[in-house]
Formats: sequence, C-alpha cells, structure tokens
Amino acid sequence: MASTIRPRAWMKNDVANVKALISHPMETGMRKDKATGNKIPAHFIQDLIITHKGEEVLHGYLGPAVSKNPFLNFKFKGAAKGDKLTISWSDNKGNSDSLEVSIS
Amino acid sequence: MHNPNRRTLLKGTLSAGIAAIAAGAGLLTPHTVLAAAWPKAAFDAKGLDKATSALLGSSSASESKDIKVKTPSIAENGAVVNVAVSTSLPNVDSISILVEQNGSPLAASFDLNSRTEPYIKTRVKVAKTSGIVAMVRSGGKLYTARREVKVTLGGCGG
Repeated sequence: MASTIRPRAWMKNDVANVKALISHPMETGMRKDKATGNKIPAHFIQDLIITHKGEEVLHGYLGPAVSKNPFLNFKFKGAAKGDKLTISWSDNKGNSDSLEVSIS
Repeated sequence: MHNPNRRTLLKGTLSAGIAAIAAGAGLLTPHTVLAAAWPKAAFDAKGLDKATSALLGSSSASESKDIKVKTPSIAENGAVVNVAVSTSLPNVDSISILVEQNGSPLAASFDLNSRTEPYIKTRVKVAKTSGIVAMVRSGGKLYTARREVKVTLGGCGG
C-alpha cells in the first residue's frame, strides 16, 4: 500500500531541511454531509513525529484546524547526507502511518 | 535474598530501553512511544487565553519583535492558509500556532528538540478574518507575535 506521506529531506550547509505532505482528510467534525445533512465525524491527525538517530527532533500536536492534507516544513541540525529520518503520524481514530526517508 | 524492588527497577529500565531502541528504529507507532499525551483540553479550549493556558500553563506572554509570523495578508481560501513562524530567540522548545477567531483557536503545537531550528511552516484553516498568533517558549518563558489575515468569502477582497 502506498504511503500517505510524501517527504523531501535535504541538506543545505549543515542544516537538514524537511518537507512533508501527508494525505489525510483532517475533518473538523463540523462539516455536514450535503446528501444526508448529518455531520461528518471529526477525523484528524493528532500526533506527527519526526525522529532522527533515535531522537524526536519534532513532535507536532495537530488539531482539526490544520488544513486537509497537512503540510509541514522544518529544519534541524546535527544531520548528514544519507542519514535516515522517520516520519510518523497517528490520528483520532487510531490510524497511523510511518515512512523512513534518507536525507539527500 | 530476592529484592522485589530491585527486580521492578530492572524490569522498568529494560522496557524503557527497548522502547527507546524500537522507537529509534521506527517500529513503534506514535501512540506507543513514551511521549507527552495529545493535549485535548488545549485543542478543545474556546478563546485564545484558555487555549494557551491549557497548553503551556500560562497565558501571559511577552510580545516579541524577534518572532516573525509570515502569512498572506489576504487569504482567498480560508481552508488553506500558509503560516510560517520563525524566531531568533534562543533555546526554543515549543512553537504553537493559534487562530484567534476560530471556535477553538489552537491549530497546532510543536515540541522542538535542542537541534531543531526555531522555524515551522504549515497550513491552517481560518474561519474568518483573524489574527494568527504564534506562541514561542524560549528559555522557559513565553513570547508571542501576531499577524492579521483577511479571509475573503469567494468574492472580492473585503
């Protein structure tokens, strides 16, 4: 199954730049289904974690106000070309996904 | 002879060690990692001060010119508004993004490691013309900056 995570990670001088686009509906729970008139239940990523060499370099706590298909860009030091990063997320319904990416 | 306390200590240390190794190898999903729990009260809080208090323990923050909140001044589509927060403040371990006029203002909060640059870019939903507020924790203290985004409702600017 294809990953929901589309990452880009690259070194610029001594800083690792990371961009990730994650496929996820990020439903707030306030939208109504036009056909039935019922509210579409909240369904959103809660935790977005990026680890490098066993450390969490970023732990994002997201709420439903993050836009659909969450986008993230951040930077960190202490990495080198070829290092592996793990990007993981879990949502309020117990779904999750994880992807390893090499820093180019 | 058999000291139950020593056995419990060793068991605890071993399982924490395994968790750390497994987490490093990406074998654990975020829910099972020994990290802080998702701050439900902060995300449910109505009102900027309540959300900040629930999340960071205090709502009093000093305005700082050293925090840059970059957003468009007019957003055509309130569902997808770019927000980039950066700062030159030192020892930043937390950056949070709040949308003043949203029913629940807290949009996202990021815990930063000591190696992470104090910069976050993401996209948030803005219900109506609103201030976007960044809360930055630097050296244990809270600092804030704000930038207004006008949201158009599919028509001309207004």
